[in-house]
Amino acid sequence: MSPAAVVSGLLAVEVPYWASSTIKLGVVALIVPTAALVLGYVFLLKMMSFMQSRLGPMEAGPYGTLQLLADGLKFIQKEDIFPEKADRTVFALAPLVVLISTFLIYVVIPTGPDAVVAQLDVGIFYALAVSSLSVVGILMAGWASANKYALMGGLRAAGQLIAYELPLVLAVMGVVIQAGTLDLQKIVTAQATGEIFGWGGIGNPFILTQFAGFFIFLVAVQAELTQPPFDMPVAESEIVGGYQVEYTGFRFLFFFMGEFGTAFAFAALAVVLFLGGWALPWGDIEHWAFNIVGPVIMLVKVLAVAALIFWFRFTYPRLREDQLQRLAWKVLIPLSLANIVVTGIFKVVL
Amino acid sequence: MTAVGADQRQQLAYVATQAADARLNVEIETEGMTLNIGPQHPATHGTLRLVARLDGEQVVEAEPIMGYMHRGYEKLTEVRTYPQVTTLINRIDWLGSFANEVPFILAAEKLMEVEAPPRAQWIRTALFELSRIANITLFLGDMAVQLGALTPVFMAFRDREFVLNQIEAVTGGRFHPNFDRIGGLKDDLPKGWINDTKQAMEKIRDFCDEFEELVLGNEIFQARSRGIGIVPAAVGLSYGLSGANIRASGVDWDLRRDGHEALAYNHLDWRVWTHPEGDSFARYWVRLQETREATHMVEQLLDGLPSGPIMAKVPRIIKVPAGEAYAATENPLGKMGYYIVSKGDLVPFRVKIRSASFSNISITPWLLKGVYVPDIITILASLYFILGDIDR
Repeated sequence: MSPAAVVSGLLAVEVPYWASSTIKLGVVALIVPTAALVLGYVFLLKMMSFMQSRLGPMEAGPYGTLQLLADGLKFIQKEDIFPEKADRTVFALAPLVVLISTFLIYVVIPTGPDAVVAQLDVGIFYALAVSSLSVVGILMAGWASANKYALMGGLRAAGQLIAYELPLVLAVMGVVIQAGTLDLQKIVTAQATGEIFGWGGIGNPFILTQFAGFFIFLVAVQAELTQPPFDMPVAESEIVGGYQVEYTGFRFLFFFMGEFGTAFAFAALAVVLFLGGWALPWGDIEHWAFNIVGPVIMLVKVLAVAALIFWFRFTYPRLREDQLQRLAWKVLIPLSLANIVVTGIFKVVL
Repeated sequence: MTAVGADQRQQLAYVATQAADARLNVEIETEGMTLNIGPQHPATHGTLRLVARLDGEQVVEAEPIMGYMHRGYEKLTEVRTYPQVTTLINRIDWLGSFANEVPFILAAEKLMEVEAPPRAQWIRTALFELSRIANITLFLGDMAVQLGALTPVFMAFRDREFVLNQIEAVTGGRFHPNFDRIGGLKDDLPKGWINDTKQAMEKIRDFCDEFEELVLGNEIFQARSRGIGIVPAAVGLSYGLSGANIRASGVDWDLRRDGHEALAYNHLDWRVWTHPEGDSFARYWVRLQETREATHMVEQLLDGLPSGPIMAKVPRIIKVPAGEAYAATENPLGKMGYYIVSKGDLVPFRVKIRSASFSNISITPWLLKGVYVPDIITILASLYFILGDIDR
């Protein structure tokens, strides 16, 4: 969602490089907290409460809408505590590493024909690569906290990375084969202009052909986000929050924003890869108006996918670490490999 | 006795493999880690402390350390008159509090040689079963939340409320009724209570059906609890396990049926649920069935409620004749017994409380050997202890 592109599209004014860069930076910097607020309020506070027969926050703002802002304000006021034995530099940097990996994903997510911060040829490759950077931050946090629970959480996160990263990448491979490109923008175009056996009524959203990929992607995303059923790195009832256990105040807030910002980013990636992204299958998708409508379409689809992601989160118990490994290596990876083979055969035959 | 021998052999073989592992660890120079779980830990239901020696995520040995919440109830009863004691012992197992009073009152009645009239016994039994439901519904939600599912515990709290309301309507207390008296009960049932309770029992049955699907039917719950923390019947008996913990190991033993106390269970049509497997899943399953069975028992009790007085003739100032008496009942957590020694005073000379959780928790060092850290939580949750019931 780059207003620079929107502005130049609307007014046909050439925006200087420094100005467009500044605006892009501002947008990405704003979108992570906003995404965290939206998802946190809609799903964590409200949807979860309604599923659990309670109301959730009702006092701060109309219907409790400002609760997360109040929480954030509270976090900022808190003392910045370092444990005595902690490795101070690493401990301080770890939440930032997690947050930066979240910021970096947003750089390549397209929300309109021109509304994208950077259109990379290797977009999806880049997005998956930077998203796994967050594990480095989690490991840093786990190690530097000088706490046994935190250490176990960090190590579990690292072990988990091996389990879900492969299915995640392999699930995306099917889409890449079908679209013939790694560029996220072109994947959107391919879905909008595609045809199902010569019928282009609804384009060709890849969820129809890549349903196995979509399923594997969602499962792997749950692990990436350390959410139930794969929340072993945080596991409140076992290792009391894992790597987050020693964090307070705004550093904890960074972890929180990172968590929900990444959830939003992965929902957006799922939308781009499987649900047609910002585009609708009707009309001229090169039209400049899509720069304004696109983000809205995108948001609706993202919230739908996020609802699914959080529904899993509030419903399922937690697996054990070894059970996740077994699930990943014995079920998800063979399934995604089979999916790639089948996709490849169809690609060649059709 | 052969079964015990086999189990001991099994355990010895296990210890031997552990020793071999330890030697291996010395050879490749890995170092174990001692993890203090508790006394401040969400999975310890209060202040149980568990010192676990870990090799990676595997437990080499674990030892429960209790006493952080010891309140000295056995000693305190020695300076309380008999009617005052029930106020204290309400707080032993705080989730099924009325059930705590019953065995004490039964033991005192034995000493005084009074017997509560039938109506009092039936209401006592009904309230006993209601506290069982109030206690175990929370377990059903709590074990799910220990395994990471956030939602069931809220449903458990929601539906437990119906039972608590009914207990409150009779006794005036939601958690600490203090309602049982030597020779009967404090009051009769309020008007309309029987119908309300039957409706509440309907809701609890719905709750049980819901949980059978939501929790027991969940693949992940099964993967996490099946085959975890298996207690062979002989081992369980040798550690003094009681209640649903031992019934889940296939031992058909329930003091409501097999005990000698004067409660109204003989008049009811009910069954004792057992499960052959003895793992965490079995313990959950047995408790769920018992909750449903308890709702049927309450309904039968209310249908067949005899009329008559609710209080036997007892003196205004209760002096218990000298002597000793023991009474034990099947409480929500297991066998609970009171051994009262009286010297003929207003106060008991000595009271020994046999609480179920204390014995149930004693099996943990045996049970936790070689399991993974997440399974510690599963096993502790499925053994289901209340800290107040351990520490008294």
